[in-house]
Amino acid sequence: MMMYTTARTAFRTLRRNPMRAMLTTLGIVIGVGAVIAMMEIGAGASGALKKTIASMGANVLVIRPGTASSGGVSFGAGTTTTLTPEDCQAILRECPAVRNAAPMVRARTQVVYGNRNWVPNAIYGTTPAYLDVQDWSILAEGEPFNDRDVLNGNRVCILGQSLVRELFDGESAVGKEIRIKNIAFRVVGVLSPKGANMMGFDQDDVILAPWTTIKYRVTGASASTANQSASVASDSVNTLSNLYPTAQRSLYPERSAVQQANNPMPVRFANIDQIMLAANSSAEIPLAIEQISGVLRERHRIRADAPDDFNLRDMAELTRTLSTTTKLMTNLLLAVAMISLVVGGVGIMNIMLVSVTERTREIGLRMAVGARGRDILRQFLVEAVVLCLTGGAMGIVLGHGGSLLVRFLLKWPVETSPAAIATAVLVSAGVGIIFGFYPAWKASRLDPIEALRYE
Amino acid sequence: MELITLRGIEKTYQMGDIAVPVLKGISLAIRQGELVALTGSSGSGKSTLMNILGCLDRPSAGEYWLEGQEVSQLSADERALLRNRKLGFVFQSFNLLARTSAIENVAMPLSYGAEHLSEREARERAAEMLSRVGLADRLDHHPAQLSGGQQQRVAIARALINRPPVLFADEPTGNLDSKTSEEVLQMFERLHTEDHITIIMVTHDPKVAGHANRVIRMDDGVIQGDAPPAAESKPKTTAGAP
Ligand SMILES: Nc1ncnc2c1ncn2[C@@H]1O[C@H](COP(=O)(O)OP(=O)(O)OP(=O)(O)O)[C@@H](O)[C@H]1O
Ligand SMILES: [Mg+2]
Repeated sequence: MMMYTTARTAFRTLRRNPMRAMLTTLGIVIGVGAVIAMMEIGAGASGALKKTIASMGANVLVIRPGTASSGGVSFGAGTTTTLTPEDCQAILRECPAVRNAAPMVRARTQVVYGNRNWVPNAIYGTTPAYLDVQDWSILAEGEPFNDRDVLNGNRVCILGQSLVRELFDGESAVGKEIRIKNIAFRVVGVLSPKGANMMGFDQDDVILAPWTTIKYRVTGASASTANQSASVASDSVNTLSNLYPTAQRSLYPERSAVQQANNPMPVRFANIDQIMLAANSSAEIPLAIEQISGVLRERHRIRADAPDDFNLRDMAELTRTLSTTTKLMTNLLLAVAMISLVVGGVGIMNIMLVSVTERTREIGLRMAVGARGRDILRQFLVEAVVLCLTGGAMGIVLGHGGSLLVRFLLKWPVETSPAAIATAVLVSAGVGIIFGFYPAWKASRLDPIEALRYE
Repeated sequence: MELITLRGIEKTYQMGDIAVPVLKGISLAIRQGELVALTGSSGSGKSTLMNILGCLDRPSAGEYWLEGQEVSQLSADERALLRNRKLGFVFQSFNLLARTSAIENVAMPLSYGAEHLSEREARERAAEMLSRVGLADRLDHHPAQLSGGQQQRVAIARALINRPPVLFADEPTGNLDSKTSEEVLQMFERLHTEDHITIIMVTHDPKVAGHANRVIRMDDGVIQGDAPPAAESKPKTTAGAP
């Protein structure tokens, strides 16, 4: 009630000099406008970034084999052959913080369909869990291969969008047969488009197939020899490949059936190139890392003082860096906007001081008829706040209009944020209180007699 | 009943190291319903005394009893409340708020009162006050659209809005010509006879003092004479017009 009357009086006072009020509050208008625009554009940018990060597979962890070395000579990352599909299953079983895990083997070789050929970025042998880990479960077409395909080593695959474009010219690929190193694979599904990742790697340029198939039929070796093609084993299993000459010739003479019977190749336990896992949430990544390390160290019988024979890497590091960067940019711009608010506040203070001097007699009169110091203080404070809030309201309209303009003209993602508007209102009221306080306090300290006598 | 009692009121201004005594022991009693004129040469301390009487200022020494309450030692806030409820002021230069209608000028003191009237009640009360000073048809005029006498009557209405028992006027006719002065003085007389409001006014003009029923003469911070107007103004007029 009292506040309402004071606010009305303040409005009336400001209306007496609308031009001056307008110019006084211009700093606040610009400041608040900038804050609103910054926050809306910033929110849009970080929203877009979050989407990108999610498309990369949020909460994803990668385990790779560690570095093998012999006699002080290191063979480089991924050269130990201790990581197995059984590790993957053990992790799924024993680590509650892990949502899902997929073993992976990689190959890179030519793919042929009809008279077209293409070498995709990667051919991944994995399990259906991979799609879940990568948040890629919704296919553009067809069905993913299933666990039985993995067990049986069936020759089925899922194509990325780029392959469909390159090999099928955009036609439906499902049900067709492609050849990977002369082994026929039936296309059962097509992945939904994902685009390039942040490293510029085309994520759609992949083929997914059961890891057993890739491992035993395509590469027949670990990833380190993946490109060197043509394993003896695959030839003997795949009778079809006899129809076509193998692209690369084997360096060594082929072993005859007798030779093989006499001197069987040692059966290698299946090592894999990496395990991809998804934690329950990004918050649980550290927990997951701890659990996984425990399980793997135990399974690989690593002594307490020996280093790991695997590398654990999480994407969270990368996403954290990226989101800190955008946050930093937004904060920087926000700081600039805040400076403009401070400048606006100084303008308010200046005019309020002038106003107090100008209205000294009015203050004296109000005191003579019974206004206490705090009544005068409140009146001038409310006046400053009303001035700032009016400026703030105009700033909100201006800033919002600006960000809409940016959205339509520059096609930037923009998010309207009620938080920004609430902040703007609070900040402009705050500026009014902070910068209006000194003039109001000065007014309240006037002596009524001297104020009445003031010319 | 004594409305105002002063005992040995002193006021000394400190100008650097020098103490300037302005009021030098004023003792005075004013009863409910009196119309008092305060006269004296320029610089004799009339305005200073009025400020103390009006609780705008505090005396350096002495006692001030208002309606049986010692008010000389009250805090600034308590004095503000007292001014709002019990004391009305009329100034020489009207002191109306510019670009504000008459009715809003009159209603202004209500916003500092303890009563918390609604907007409508406040306007009604202000309109009633304005019609009492004969300005019922000027409610929405701004000061610039009113004559000097009308402005002073708006100021009187404002002083009376809280129905105070005392009205102080420091040279209320100082800025007015003789005809409009007469209007204002008749206003005072009516308030005095009809509403029994105690009025204390400072004036230089013997004719104005003639409207009072008691004239207090001050000289150099002390009271020189205190008598009904006939005894006070007659020797002056005879001396002033030989
Ligand atoms: N704030 C002050 N500081 C110092 N001296 C003051 C102050 N106010 C008034 N005086 C002095 O007190 C004396 C009385 O002043 P006051 O205004 O009361 O005179 P007055 O009787 O009202 O005169 P006038 O008839 O001209 O209005 C003057 O000499 C003045 O200089
Ligand atoms: Mg004076």
